[in-house]
Amino acid sequence: MKLVEAIIKPFKLDEVKDALLEIGVQGMTVTEVKGFGRQKGHKETYRGTEYTIEFVPKVKIEVAVTDSLVPRVIEAITRSAKTGSIGDGKIFVRDLSAAVRIRTGESGESAL
Amino acid sequence: MTQSKGCRGLVLPTMAWAVAGVLFWASSAWAQGMLPLPDAPKIESGDTAWVLISTALVLAMVVPGLALFYGGQVRSKNVLGTMMHSIVILCLVSVIWVLFGYSLAFGPDKGGVVGGLDWAGLSGVGVEPYPKYGATIPHEAFMLFQLMLAAFTPALIAGAFAERIRFSALLLFAALWSIFIYSPLAHWVWGGGWLGKMGVLDFAGGSVVHISSGAAGLACALVLGHRCGYRTDYMAPHNLSLTLLGTGLLWLGWFGFNGGSARGANAVAIGAVVATHIAAATAALTWMVVEWMHRGKPTLLGLASGAVAGMATMTAGAGYVSPMGAILFGLAGGALCYSAVVWKGKIGYDDALDVVGIHAVGGIVGMLATGLLASKGVNAAGGDGLFFGNPSQLGTQAQAVFVTGLFSFVGSYLILKVVDGLIGLRVSPEEETTGLDLSQHNERAYS
Repeated sequence: MKLVEAIIKPFKLDEVKDALLEIGVQGMTVTEVKGFGRQKGHKETYRGTEYTIEFVPKVKIEVAVTDSLVPRVIEAITRSAKTGSIGDGKIFVRDLSAAVRIRTGESGESAL
Repeated sequence: MTQSKGCRGLVLPTMAWAVAGVLFWASSAWAQGMLPLPDAPKIESGDTAWVLISTALVLAMVVPGLALFYGGQVRSKNVLGTMMHSIVILCLVSVIWVLFGYSLAFGPDKGGVVGGLDWAGLSGVGVEPYPKYGATIPHEAFMLFQLMLAAFTPALIAGAFAERIRFSALLLFAALWSIFIYSPLAHWVWGGGWLGKMGVLDFAGGSVVHISSGAAGLACALVLGHRCGYRTDYMAPHNLSLTLLGTGLLWLGWFGFNGGSARGANAVAIGAVVATHIAAATAALTWMVVEWMHRGKPTLLGLASGAVAGMATMTAGAGYVSPMGAILFGLAGGALCYSAVVWKGKIGYDDALDVVGIHAVGGIVGMLATGLLASKGVNAAGGDGLFFGNPSQLGTQAQAVFVTGLFSFVGSYLILKVVDGLIGLRVSPEEETTGLDLSQHNERAYS
C-alpha cells in the first residue's frame, strides 16, 4: 500500500478529483495548505510598498491506494493538475504500513 | 345645551383673537426695540441651511469617513484603535473649540498672530451674523462649521502614527496640537492674521488643513520611528473594502468641506463643489494610470488614494478656479502625490498611512497651483493668479506654503518631544505586537 500526496493549485481540485474517481480511487483527504517551491511566492504592492508573499495557498490531496494503482494515480494527477506554468505543484509517494477501516475493523488492502 | 354650546363656541375664538392680538403687539414692540439698522446683516435661510448641511457633511468625513478610510488600511489587530483615533479627536477638539479654540482662531485679532480670548466659551458668538465670517448666516453656524474643520485636521495626522501610539499620548498630543498649531494657523490665514492680510489665497484649508497635518505627520513619523517589523513583516491593509467605504464618505463630505467654505448657498459654493468633484475624479484616474504604467496593475487602493489626493489638492483653490483649472489640479495632485508615496519607500520614514505623501504634498501642490490658476472671474472676492496677470500671487502662495509647513513641523516636533517626556509616545514592543485593539482597549474587531 502507498500513500500518494499531491500538492496542487487550488483551482485544479475538481479536475483532479474527477480524474482520480475515473481510475477507481474510492476516497481522498483534502487540506488547504500554504507553501512554496522554486516559484518562491509572489509580490503584492500597496501604495508603492511591496510585500513578498512567500507562502502561496495550495491544496494537498492524500490518497491511499494499492501498489498496483500507484502509476495510474500519478498519471491521473499529473494530467489533470497540469497547467504548464510555474507553481503546478508536486507529488510525493510513501509506503503505508497499515490501514484499518474503523466501522468494521477490516485491515490491510481491504480497508482501502 | 345648544345655547351654551354655541356660546362657548363664540367665546373661545374671541379669546384666541384677543390673545393673538396682545402677543402680536408685544412682539412687534419688542422687535422694534431690537430692530437692526437697515444695512445690518440679515440671516438668509438658504445660506444658513447650506452651511448647516455642510457642517454635517464634514462631520461624516471624520466619523465614520476617516475612521473607515484609515481603519481599513491597518492590520486587523489595530482597526479599532485606529478608528478610535478619529472619533476621540472629534470629541476632544469639539470641547476645546467651544471653550477657547474658536476664540484663539477667529476671535478679535491680536497683532496678526492669534485671536483674543474675547469669545472664550462662545461668549458673544450667537445667532447674529458676524459679517466678516458670513453676513447672511448665524455666527454660531460658522463656528460649528469651522469646528468640524478643526477636528478633521488632527484626525488626519493619525495616519502617520498609526499602529504604534499610546492612547493617552494621542489625547495629549491632539489637544496641544489643536491649541498651539491649528488655532494660530487658522487665525493667520482666515481669522484676520498676517498671512491673510498678505493676500494668501486658501479657500478651504490647503495650508491650514493639509500642509499643517502633513507636516505634523512627518514630525510624527520621525519622532516615533517605524513600526516593529517595518519592511520585514507583512503589513498590507487588512480590509480595503472599508477603505473604499471611507473614501466614498470623504468624497461626499468634501462637497461640504469646500462648498461650505463659501459660507452660503451661492455661485462660489457651486464652483467649489464642481471643482472638488472634477479634481477628485481626475486625480483618481491619474493615480490609477500612473500606477498601472509603473507597477503593471491598476489598484483599488490607488483609485481611492488618488481621489483623496485630488481633493486635498483642490482644497486650497476650490472657489477660485474654473472647472478646467480643476482638471489641472487633479492631474498634478494625482501624479505628484503618487510619486511622493513611492519615494517614501526609498527615504525610509514610516508614515504608515501616507499623511505626508497625500496631504502635505497635495496641500503644497494645491496652494501653488492656486497661485497660478486663481481668477477673479470665478470669484470676485478672491484674486488672480500668475496665468491671469498677477505673477506676485505665486510668490505669496509659496511664502504661505513655507511658513505653514515649517511652523507645523517645528511645533509638532516640540509637542511630540514634550508628550514623549511626560507619558511616553509609543506602546511597548510587546503591546505593539499584540495590537492596539487588545493592548490599549481590551477589545477586538473580529472575534
